[in-house]
Amino acid sequence: MEIAVCVKRVPMVGGKIVVTADGQDVDTRMSGFTVSPHEECAVEEAVRLVERHGGSVAVLTLGPPAAADQLRDMLALGATRAVLLETDGREWGPIATAEAIVAEVTGAAADPATSPVPALPDPATSPVPALPDPAASPAPDPAAAAASNLPYDLLLFGNEAADTGDYQVAVRVAHALGLPCVTGIKNLEVTDAGARAKREYRGTEEVFDIPLPAVVSVKEGINLPRYPSLPGRLRAKRATIETRAPQWRADGLTKTGLRVPAGESKRAEILGNGADAVPALVALLDELGILS
Amino acid sequence: MSTMSDTPNRASAVIIGAGIVGNSLAYHLARLGWRELVLLDKGPMPNPGGSTGHASNFIFPIEYSKMMMELTADSTEQYEALGVFIQSGGIEVARTEARMQELRRRCTQAKAWQIPAQLISPAEVAKLVPYLDESVILGGAHFPTVGVVDSLRAGTLMRENATRLGALTVLAGAEVLGIDTDAAGRVSAVRTTRGDIETSVCAICCGVWAPRIARMAGARIPLTPIAHQMISVGPVPLFADTPGEISYPIVRDVDTNMYERQHGGDMEVGSYAHRPIIVAPDDIPSIEEAALSPTEMPFTQDDFDPQLMQALELMPDLLGDERVGIRYAINGLISMTPDGHPLIGETPEVPGLWSVAASWIKEGPGIGRAAAEWMSGGAPEIDIHEADISRFYGHQRTTAHVIARAREGFNKMYGIVHPAEQWESGRPVRLSPVYDRERDLGAVFIETAGWERPNWYASNDVLLERYAGRLMEREAEWESRWWSPIINAEHLAMRDACGLVDLSAFAVFDIVGPGALAAVQSVAVAQLDVRAGRVIYTSLLDERGGFRGDLTIMRLGPQRFRVVTGGATGMMDVKWFADHLPGQEGGPGGAGVGPGGAQAVIADQTSAWTTLGLWGPRARDVLSSVTPADMSHDGFKFGTCREIELGGVTVLASRISYVGELGWELYAPIEEGRRVWDTVWEAGQPHGLVPVGIGVYGTTGRLEKGYRAYGAELDGSYDLVEAGMTRPKVKEQEFLGKDAYLAQRSSPPCAVLCTLTVDDHRSASGQLRYMLGGEPVLTAAGEPLVDAKGRPSYVTSAGSGPSVGKHLLMAYLPAEYAVEGNRLAVEYLGEQYPVTVAVAGSTPLFDPDNERVRS
Amino acid sequence: MTVLCLIEQAVDGGVADVSLRALTFARALAASSGPWMYQKAASDPSNGAFTDGGAGPTDTDVAGGTGGVAAVVFGDASAAEPKLSEYGAGDAYAVELTGYAPQAWARALAGLAAELSATAVVAAGTDHGSEVMAHLGAITGLPMVANCVTAARNAEGAFELVRHRWAGSLLEDAVLDVTPALLTVAVDAVAAAPVAEPAATAVHAWRPELDDADLLVRATESAERSAGVSLATARVVVGGGRGVGGPDGFGVLEELAGLLGGVVGVSRVVTSEGWRPHKQQVGQTGTRITPELYLACGISGAIQHMAGCLSSKHIVAINTDPDAPIISRADYAVIGDLNQVLPALVDAIRARSS
Repeated sequence: MEIAVCVKRVPMVGGKIVVTADGQDVDTRMSGFTVSPHEECAVEEAVRLVERHGGSVAVLTLGPPAAADQLRDMLALGATRAVLLETDGREWGPIATAEAIVAEVTGAAADPATSPVPALPDPATSPVPALPDPAASPAPDPAAAAASNLPYDLLLFGNEAADTGDYQVAVRVAHALGLPCVTGIKNLEVTDAGARAKREYRGTEEVFDIPLPAVVSVKEGINLPRYPSLPGRLRAKRATIETRAPQWRADGLTKTGLRVPAGESKRAEILGNGADAVPALVALLDELGILS
Repeated sequence: MSTMSDTPNRASAVIIGAGIVGNSLAYHLARLGWRELVLLDKGPMPNPGGSTGHASNFIFPIEYSKMMMELTADSTEQYEALGVFIQSGGIEVARTEARMQELRRRCTQAKAWQIPAQLISPAEVAKLVPYLDESVILGGAHFPTVGVVDSLRAGTLMRENATRLGALTVLAGAEVLGIDTDAAGRVSAVRTTRGDIETSVCAICCGVWAPRIARMAGARIPLTPIAHQMISVGPVPLFADTPGEISYPIVRDVDTNMYERQHGGDMEVGSYAHRPIIVAPDDIPSIEEAALSPTEMPFTQDDFDPQLMQALELMPDLLGDERVGIRYAINGLISMTPDGHPLIGETPEVPGLWSVAASWIKEGPGIGRAAAEWMSGGAPEIDIHEADISRFYGHQRTTAHVIARAREGFNKMYGIVHPAEQWESGRPVRLSPVYDRERDLGAVFIETAGWERPNWYASNDVLLERYAGRLMEREAEWESRWWSPIINAEHLAMRDACGLVDLSAFAVFDIVGPGALAAVQSVAVAQLDVRAGRVIYTSLLDERGGFRGDLTIMRLGPQRFRVVTGGATGMMDVKWFADHLPGQEGGPGGAGVGPGGAQAVIADQTSAWTTLGLWGPRARDVLSSVTPADMSHDGFKFGTCREIELGGVTVLASRISYVGELGWELYAPIEEGRRVWDTVWEAGQPHGLVPVGIGVYGTTGRLEKGYRAYGAELDGSYDLVEAGMTRPKVKEQEFLGKDAYLAQRSSPPCAVLCTLTVDDHRSASGQLRYMLGGEPVLTAAGEPLVDAKGRPSYVTSAGSGPSVGKHLLMAYLPAEYAVEGNRLAVEYLGEQYPVTVAVAGSTPLFDPDNERVRS
Repeated sequence: MTVLCLIEQAVDGGVADVSLRALTFARALAASSGPWMYQKAASDPSNGAFTDGGAGPTDTDVAGGTGGVAAVVFGDASAAEPKLSEYGAGDAYAVELTGYAPQAWARALAGLAAELSATAVVAAGTDHGSEVMAHLGAITGLPMVANCVTAARNAEGAFELVRHRWAGSLLEDAVLDVTPALLTVAVDAVAAAPVAEPAATAVHAWRPELDDADLLVRATESAERSAGVSLATARVVVGGGRGVGGPDGFGVLEELAGLLGGVVGVSRVVTSEGWRPHKQQVGQTGTRITPELYLACGISGAIQHMAGCLSSKHIVAINTDPDAPIISRADYAVIGDLNQVLPALVDAIRARSS
């Protein structure tokens, strides 16, 4: 099976994050960069799937030229194709990101006239809430997706990026491609019928059975990502990264600044001393749903 | 915060930094009787996030410097006593022939210091380290006593020991906000986020943060944080079933600047091969900002890729296993200093503020002990003068210099470092007034204390023919480095006619005032209450009677003494005198009050005076032609000094000699030095005067005369009796070390400093080899020589003695072996050469009656 | 203006705590466009949305009736009604849909929002809430802003937002100039507050118009847990460090792990000492765990260890040292000797189930 995994380059931060002097960005002078944790698990999951079922894994990222480092890290885990949707380093919102990914995986640039994604309402001409008629927005049609130019059986994402935490790129991509989508997955199996995805929500296990092709976003914990081997690292170093120039557009959300919340020093809530704390401990375990 | 310690209002000493050094210092101070100590760190215990926390934690006992070797040996003993040392053995492997020679040198050096070491074949290496591909290497040096330690646990135990003595309060999460000083400039308090602590003693042990903390008090600690990459790969199938921390020897792949050590189920691979990555102390992230810890900085993959390949080459199956993943990778921060040695001692700028910084894990406990001994008012048992923070001159304390030397030194971490190795970065800095004269004469420069000094002069190659056959030419490349037969030619020409030497690198300082006599009298062994115009050569001792210095003092007047000492120790000697001004503790700049309220002031004159030396049988003739002063033997006695007119310049002439010839040191104001040179030069031409470099001044002449050098023969481990430098009487005045010295004189020494000659230079392959120093001296049968105090015999200085036609070695021998004519052996690069004891004691080999000097 | 608020229900049919917070947030948003806004709108003939004219709604109006917060409940809303009223939902729409199908829920919300000309749609930033709102954004083509802490409409009609980045370690100030606003709420940053004078919530039924494809992705619930728990995927990990004392001390940890359906992990010190095998090690160079609960017993919290367990949902530390680094990284702590606490805990848990 052919799988594409989308990853994002994010800074590696500690408990406290430093903002640049102009209050606009995270200060990354002394930080390293990595792939967002959920996405690393997505790549691992993809590699395991092709190890089991055959095929190959492509990894994509939207980011600055330096994001090639993150692609190489993922190649070292077992992906065999890497695509950089190269930006100038500015932040891309989830709508534009999803569009760029759709354009890449379908091999076609997004054409506003034929795209199933409705145009954003123009606030200048319609001050009233102009919610498009839901009937005008077609539901995903698996047949349409199969006929479309999609070389992948599975598109994997991380549930949310570590920094922006928007939760929605996978879902938007799925809608644009007319594919079913499940998110927050902690267990994924590929069967003859498609895929069975599981996750836990508030103490119960939710199971989703969906046909392929599909879009799945996963959560850290679905697997334990392997570490790159030394030969893997050297292979990744020698691999070619394909580069594209995606089209940016505004989403409608404009960041005006970043700041560190006025924090209290974090300390654990002390439940008690010695064996006397046990009742409080049991109550906590109960509340957390561990004891049911 | 529930039960955290309360911050005391005052402390006998505040120790900043709870890494291996701070913990060790706290423990040893407590052991020495200090109470009300405070140890603080902005991070949590047991790992506050400094270099100790991510250290690779292995100890190789072999070092290039005696001091580092002794500190390592002491630290190892301390780790063993704490139960945190695991012996694993270690192997340095060679990929090149040059390295094989170096390994032989290392093994020989190890022998000199009684460290077990053997040269082994690739097959033997592979037997010890089965995952190493022996086809990649030419051989190895096996050090069986190498081991690993749990430095965090050691620190915890030391801290607990101090606490158990009731001596220590530990404050975690306390960040230093400032260090206050009083009106006299002395430490008065340390201000932290957990409160202020009054104290007059503060020790900075916080490694990479030390420069920042020191700056708060107005002091400089010249180190720079620098990154060194390490990765940890695993799980290694081979290690899965080995119990505990390590079961295989540590491998140092020195030609690639890398090491590999087992670490539980992982293999840790470290590198010093990458570009130097400097991090400014102000850029180190805080604990909250750091993804891991402040000193575990993000890994820069590209910098490590070449090393990945080299590591794969050496351990292909283990590291090439696809199941083995890179699961930890950092650019780890460590401290580097301009000369690679630690920074220990009271800062010159702020009394009461101590630096105990720039240590590796393998010296940490030893450095803590030495610093504690020093802080307690005594000399450390291990001679750590090479680590004295006051050793730096102004230019060496600049950030630019520190960084330039750290960059240069970084990739030499596992490098083959020649005993005479020269630094290149940041040169030239200190130029003598006759630098361009020297350059025009083809001087080949070396650097001492920042000064450019001619080692020899290329223009003297005309002398090679004149002295052919007496030059002891060297065939082997190794001992030919930083050497030329021209040195020996200059030496012979000087002894035939005269030589002109530039001694501007001397450090010169005056001690002035009513208390000046008391000031010098109290630290010098020699009698200093002499007439003005006398030149006294004297040793300085520590309170145990070990050597602390060796210099010349001129009495210029009733209240003025001029101290002249070698550039390398200049700044330390200034501080020594300043610290020992009698009556009260000397402050910076040195103002002390002698008995009866008499004051003395120390004034550094190094940049005010330049010194030239003119020595040789023709020296008097040359000088007489340019000065009206009476330069006759009776008119200008040996060991005296006076002002003379020389070529229109007033010059202080001092009749002494470090090369054992008739001659004078000439002191001129620095701006007039060139004129003096030109005057003497011209006057000397008809007499055969040649310019002579430091090669002659530092080695050939003095070895022929048996003159000892501080830092070579003379250090804290030996005394005047053993060095053969006693005078018939000991002065009645008190001086530092007098009691110990008297006790030493009362019984025969167990070791005697001797001069030995090499009988046969021929190696097994038929090449003539010349020792450079540091080699072990053995019995003729090849057994080590160890004196009753447990000190092994090794060559303290080595060099050509062209006038006696021999290669000369100096070494302390156990008393029973110190017999002239005794036949012994010296081991050099793994081979033994026969030597004979030529002099037992200090009688010169050349001109034993000192006729030339006193002519 | 009307703000729609997606409600998640508790097991008993009542309103989940996260949704009480979302309701509070929605109320503040609704109130943020003040009387002057309504006056402007009322006097603007081109504005067809607010046709009741008049001086504009009073507080009472905002709390219920012509504007304010409308709750959206999937299934039977009766059990939810008391809380909905207490937390200021003037109206509630009970959507005729059983089970959880994110796209269908989003479709229903889209229809309701259009029907009510909602100015904003709000949901708690839970897995469900975020997912549904993402679908809503995709369906409508509108931006969806996740993890908001505060939201208010300004004079120009744009939404001034403060939202989380880095799970709350950073705050982002932003302006959304599109209406309606689709927002999820960072529930750990917003407290739930009932209204001073609750009024009854008017409950309406709502039948959504769905396609089959909207129901393609639909959750079925499984009662059993997946078998075969490994350290990496375990839901509960009981960790032991130096404080356990030796290889023989792990019995009580195994027992506790068994009771909680989890596994035992260890710190590096334990493997270095040879008390447990390397494969049980939790840490940077061991296994990185992501359980619901990590119980760290006798573990000081070395950096390398924390790197391996910080993704745990909840961390409880049991340690004799209140200054141990793990105390500042854990959510809860018991100061005491694990060899006393754990046996007591095991007994208490056994007593509970019997």
